[in-house]
Amino acid sequence: MKLSKTLKNGFLILVASIVLTACATQKKTTTGQLQGDVYTGSDSVEYLASGVPDRVFFATNETVLTTASRETLRKQATWLRKNSDINVVLEGHADERGTREYNLALGERRANSAKDYLMTYGISSNRISVLSYGKEKPVDSGSNPLAWSKNRRSVTVKAN
Amino acid sequence: MLFRYLFIFLVLLPVKAFALIEVDITRGNLNPLPVAVSPLAIDKSSKENFKKILKKENLGSEISMIVENNLKQSGLFNPLNKEAFLQEAEIANLKPRFEDWNLIKAQALVTGKVTFVDDKLRVEFRLWDVLAGQEMMALAFTTVPSNWRRVGHIITDKVYERLTGEKGYFDTRIIYISEKGPKTNRIKKLAIMDQDGFNNKFLTLGNELVLTPRFSPTNQMVTYLSYFKNLPRVYLLDIETGMQEVVGDFPGMTFAPRFSPDGKKIIMSFAKDGNSDIYTMDLENRIVERISNHPSIDTSPSYSPDGKYITFNSDRSGYQQIYVMNSNGKNVKRISFGNGLYGTPVWSPRGDLIAFTKLHKGKFYIGVMRTDGTGERLLTENFYQEAPSWSPNGRVLIFYRETKTNAKGEGFSAKLWSIDLTGYNEKMVETETDASDPSWSSILSN
Repeated sequence: MKLSKTLKNGFLILVASIVLTACATQKKTTTGQLQGDVYTGSDSVEYLASGVPDRVFFATNETVLTTASRETLRKQATWLRKNSDINVVLEGHADERGTREYNLALGERRANSAKDYLMTYGISSNRISVLSYGKEKPVDSGSNPLAWSKNRRSVTVKAN
Repeated sequence: MLFRYLFIFLVLLPVKAFALIEVDITRGNLNPLPVAVSPLAIDKSSKENFKKILKKENLGSEISMIVENNLKQSGLFNPLNKEAFLQEAEIANLKPRFEDWNLIKAQALVTGKVTFVDDKLRVEFRLWDVLAGQEMMALAFTTVPSNWRRVGHIITDKVYERLTGEKGYFDTRIIYISEKGPKTNRIKKLAIMDQDGFNNKFLTLGNELVLTPRFSPTNQMVTYLSYFKNLPRVYLLDIETGMQEVVGDFPGMTFAPRFSPDGKKIIMSFAKDGNSDIYTMDLENRIVERISNHPSIDTSPSYSPDGKYITFNSDRSGYQQIYVMNSNGKNVKRISFGNGLYGTPVWSPRGDLIAFTKLHKGKFYIGVMRTDGTGERLLTENFYQEAPSWSPNGRVLIFYRETKTNAKGEGFSAKLWSIDLTGYNEKMVETETDASDPSWSSILSN
């Protein structure tokens, strides 16, 4: 009796660990659009011009630009230098997993890290304004990590 | 011998004094007090007059239903079914037959009378201790007939105060954000309603995004965030006159506004170049003061009721945590040290507690802690909820909760909820539309 109970428990643990590893691997394969928890896909991305994506994505609670984000912003800077009559608004956003007021500040900080980067590539600060929407304007209404990753973003929008 | 008599006498006296019923609101009340709210008596001509003005068949029973509903919602009282009442409203108000009320197990009885006098509404009401067979309170007042719902709330406040020993919170309003439309394109309007959900009014049209309205603790002014012309700024609104204005001339986003306890200042965050700090603006002389100065995000400030301290959340430790500082910004101390992130601290109007939102392992909690961070107590757990606001007596919290959407991103809703400080009596607050960001007014009838 006792042995069978131990066996049974062991079996349960075994099943549980199989299920868990299955989950872990599944996560990696089906969410190929994520690196860490930063969105790397192209869903919802629009283009300012051919080959110039309009947005960059962030990790949870982070405002640091990833390598991919910096590349996108360099393309934006090049485009902005060529189109010197265009001004832009950087709209900063957060996902829904944070308190409203903190997320407003976080969105502002995200948009500003994009702005700072554009400025280091020679775009004048008076061509760039910043607007935070916090978690108020998600692009994906899902309540899951992939949807949240698409919503943590800074979007460069033509102002004129 | 003498000593013994004296002893008995001393013990008996206080017992007699305490024979009047009392409700303990400091613990979760699992045995709400059975109370009978008799319809308020009304004479024939008053009935006709009120019917003409207010389109209510019987104003006396309408008002008693407001009282009954309020008492029920508080979770502390169990209003008994009126069908079991044996005594006529008018006779009960003169001199209740206590045996009759005792028979249906009522421990307290509310009776009263409404009359139409000189185009006004005159109300008198009494609270009776059924077991002791005594009158506990009698009051009368006069108001304009259109205030009839408030009459019900004022009666409830008096009854609540007499039975619990603490001020009520029924003659109050809630300002909140009314929400409509898909999650990716919500239309938000500023809205206000009575504490029980009646008299709902929209204060903006929904043309611009509005967020986080907060009542002044002293009057009927409101401060909130509006994206008017796509410039997120703190506004001040007088809900009586409809007059509104931008608070301060800041070169960037101002947000997270609240009033100081005397209503004379607004405290808020100002975000510039990726850094949010806390500022105040004096509403009389318009002087702006910087309170916090740190490269981290400092936001969601809230004053202590004596105005000496400010609690706020900051990510200066790397993650969002709760801090307390002097009102001049000096002596900053972190007070939240539990696992997880902490935000939206709000100081209780009683001064002893800070309510907050906590995020831990993918769940959101509403909780309270002492002002030094000890005694953390989580009241409710959910997928998403935040932004607690205190009832003016510091006994109830109202907050909002959002649902998790399904795989297709459908099924989103936002609703207001309330919960007692004890962690009991959690309930949804009915609103016409979806709702968020509630803020409780002070008592109107003070």
